[in-house]
Amino acid sequence: MLITQLKSKETIEELAQGKIVIINCHGCKEVYFPEHQADELQKELSASKEVTQIITTDYICNSENLMLQLKKHMDKINAADTILVFSCGVGIQTVAGQFQDKKVYSCCDTYQLPGFQGVTALNVDCGQCGECYLNGTGGICPITACSKSLINGQCGGAKNGMCEVDKDMECGWERIYRKLEKMNKLDNMKYDVPKVRNFGISKEK
Amino acid sequence: MRITELFEKGEFVLTAEVGPPKGVEIDHLIKDAHEFLKTRVHALNVTDNQSSVMRTGSLATCKVLKDEGLLPIFQITCRDRNRIALQSDVLSAALLGIENLLLLTGDYTTLGDHPQAKPVFDLDSVSLIHAVKCLENGYDIAGNAVDGTPPKFAKGAVVSPCSDSVDVQLAKMEAKVKAGCEYFQTQGVFEPDKFMEFMEKAKQFGVPVQLGLIIPKNVGMCRYMNANVAGVHVPDDMIKELQADKERTKSGDVGVEICARLIKECKDYAQGVHIMSLGWENRIPEILDMAGIAPIA
Repeated sequence: MLITQLKSKETIEELAQGKIVIINCHGCKEVYFPEHQADELQKELSASKEVTQIITTDYICNSENLMLQLKKHMDKINAADTILVFSCGVGIQTVAGQFQDKKVYSCCDTYQLPGFQGVTALNVDCGQCGECYLNGTGGICPITACSKSLINGQCGGAKNGMCEVDKDMECGWERIYRKLEKMNKLDNMKYDVPKVRNFGISKEK
Repeated sequence: MRITELFEKGEFVLTAEVGPPKGVEIDHLIKDAHEFLKTRVHALNVTDNQSSVMRTGSLATCKVLKDEGLLPIFQITCRDRNRIALQSDVLSAALLGIENLLLLTGDYTTLGDHPQAKPVFDLDSVSLIHAVKCLENGYDIAGNAVDGTPPKFAKGAVVSPCSDSVDVQLAKMEAKVKAGCEYFQTQGVFEPDKFMEFMEKAKQFGVPVQLGLIIPKNVGMCRYMNANVAGVHVPDDMIKELQADKERTKSGDVGVEICARLIKECKDYAQGVHIMSLGWENRIPEILDMAGIAPIA
């Protein structure tokens, strides 16, 4: 099982800039999704911000299914500045991977619960860390895309863009850096206090 | 003494790396340190289970070297200890009078001789620097007060100037400086142009950088590093130089000459030199002599 919890209203409001498309994923039954709270918050966002479309669908972790589901909304998505995703970490990464030029932001943190895991795509993974980093990393997860799960940037172990641990795996932080560079968001890597993970909240909330 | 005091005085700071033994017989290391390093380098880096190979600890070896009248730099990686153990060891270092730290993320566990071990990486190099800075301010990283006068260290870190993704390395370097890093030692440099280009960009951070050197022992070692060691590239012409006179390469003379030349070429861009001799500590005096660097007064 895993559980998604909404990020704070203030955080989400800060992310909601320009024309906004919202994607909700009500996919697998193994994921607890706070439907009611999300609905309330999205109503408030619609009143105060320029939300052009709210899409509720399922299994956005599967990129083919995702694109099929979004087909009829593509004009709104193309015109949007920001895509806010309410899903587990896999769903957000899949959307970010499909819309490289958009600001794709996560509105949820994903926690781990014991038991059966949600259906996940093969090419991305969610570490269910409970403090989703995707909004600062261009939608590429440092917990699962970096062998050491580093959150403050690249270690010295990458060679020709590949990881020291698995030579068939691209360095996650090089991917993040290139993506942020493309998004003109390298400032995301500049902050005053280094990030420190909270392992106290990662398991069994 | 903190080596930052030397940088502040404008000294060209010389350090060399020594690796604790796999076992507790340390006489050989001490003898070499006295014979070849004591009058030639300001401080000795002591590696922390280098390359993820289990050995005697860095902190204990630092204490032994300190008792021998040498100045140790305690290398700490995040691979084997969580934030509780890391901070505890930093305080232990202060208790033993060890004031110089080099703070690293660390190689991954599977690269060493215990590939089954659990990799920790609770903190990373940046957050470890931050943790040390917190302790210096009288608090631990969780915000709890630490009793008594806080410790004070020279906080160092590493950077790879010849990395194939040097822009990503510079971003990390900036994060380390912001977290409180006061000096850098680089990964082994074989390409002076790349080092100088890197230093042009790195000088904005205003933190001293020691040129890192690995003595190239033979062609096989260079090819191995080119294929496997991140941030290290030995150019073809240098490999040809090692191939040219097999006897002089075998005796180590060519490697010594290459290192001396690299120091001369990069000297004006660096605030010191850090030599990783990998067992060839006895050649360090020659390298420094050839580079025109006099013994330490």
